[in-house]
Amino acid sequence: SRASRKRECRIMATVSVCQYHRGGFSFENCKRNALLEADINKLGFSSPAARKTGTTICGVVYKDGVVLGADTRATEGMVVADKNCSKIHYISPNVYCCGAGTAADTEMTTQIISSNLELHSLSTGRLPRVATANRMLKQMLFRYQGYIGAALVLGGVDCTGPHLYSIYPHGSTDKLPYVTMGSGSLAAMAVFEDRYRPNMEEEEAKRLVRDAIAAGIFNDLGSGSNIDLCVITKGKVDYLRPHDVANKKGVRTGNYRYKHGTTGVLAKTVTPLNLEVVEENVQTMDTS
Amino acid sequence: MNTRGLRSQLKDSVPVTGLCPQAGPYGVQDSLRRGFSSVKNELLPSHPLELSEKNFQLNQDKMNFNTLRNIQGLHAPLKLQMEYRAARQIQRLPFLPSSNLALDTLRGTDDTIGFEDILNDPVLSEVMGDPHIMTEYKLGVL
Repeated sequence: SRASRKRECRIMATVSVCQYHRGGFSFENCKRNALLEADINKLGFSSPAARKTGTTICGVVYKDGVVLGADTRATEGMVVADKNCSKIHYISPNVYCCGAGTAADTEMTTQIISSNLELHSLSTGRLPRVATANRMLKQMLFRYQGYIGAALVLGGVDCTGPHLYSIYPHGSTDKLPYVTMGSGSLAAMAVFEDRYRPNMEEEEAKRLVRDAIAAGIFNDLGSGSNIDLCVITKGKVDYLRPHDVANKKGVRTGNYRYKHGTTGVLAKTVTPLNLEVVEENVQTMDTS
Repeated sequence: MNTRGLRSQLKDSVPVTGLCPQAGPYGVQDSLRRGFSSVKNELLPSHPLELSEKNFQLNQDKMNFNTLRNIQGLHAPLKLQMEYRAARQIQRLPFLPSSNLALDTLRGTDDTIGFEDILNDPVLSEVMGDPHIMTEYKLGVL
């Protein structure tokens, strides 16, 4: 009968919500996306690329703390998507993190870890440690097996001193006195390997990081624009954005606009257009 | 944050439940309630992370219980699991989203934020099941 058929439709409609609706990543569209990708590739097009920060990021431990540096270019395939993006993310008042890889992944991961670290420090009542942030990041990235493309340089000063970690997308970490990540990491590492020495002064450390990022900017296509620096010491953080505008946009020297009177006027006729109002319609805007 | 060690858990490897949807009351796929099934959907995951994510919380709980058993003896996980069972029963009506606050507090996830709190939050879901059907299904009257 009609009532029972309607009832069957309502039962079918609740199919998807009979199970417990869990939050988090949903893999429902993966098969559909794979099919769409195959179809698009057959036609010869390519699907849009995620915005990456082809990047140079680096960090160095000096006498009183940690200096983190980053360039400011974000790319979308072969096009620059953002000429001045901020790659040094806040984790806690004494810990900052530079992010390379997929821009969205680094943003969300650092924000989640920042929130977790805040809750954790409220629970312990102490200033958070860099090792805690490192452990949280490493466990999250390993859980997602490298599908979250976030390569991070984590640095900060806590009660045990200054620390610097590099974290790879699959979840491995290294604790070192100087690290570089991103597509320009080799250029920056070359500068570090040449000029690093332990227990530098602050000015020397800032100069070293600035030169390393500049090497990445000028020798790597994925890095560019300005140099951001973040100097973290015990009790003080200097976020220098921009520390150095390495690539200033040029100013135009000439103008193609012609002056008034370049073309001589020979004759002039003015014809007025007589328009008559046929219909007037007033629509009041709903500003409630 | 995960503070349990993993080395002691290697011998208690956790069997991962597959993608097969639950069988209905007669042992076969309940097409009316759960839709059509296909062999490919059941055998192959659509993403390498699908299985591990589906069972992540379950595996974490099992690992924690095993560690607790090794440290404190059998009584500790037994008592905790009884509390989990009691907390799991505190739910709102079937068609409304439940906060699971007691369960979160027991697990220690009430002061952590993960992707499950940001993406696809059930509270912000746009669809809701039909209240009558869902209550009848829950009570077994359907």
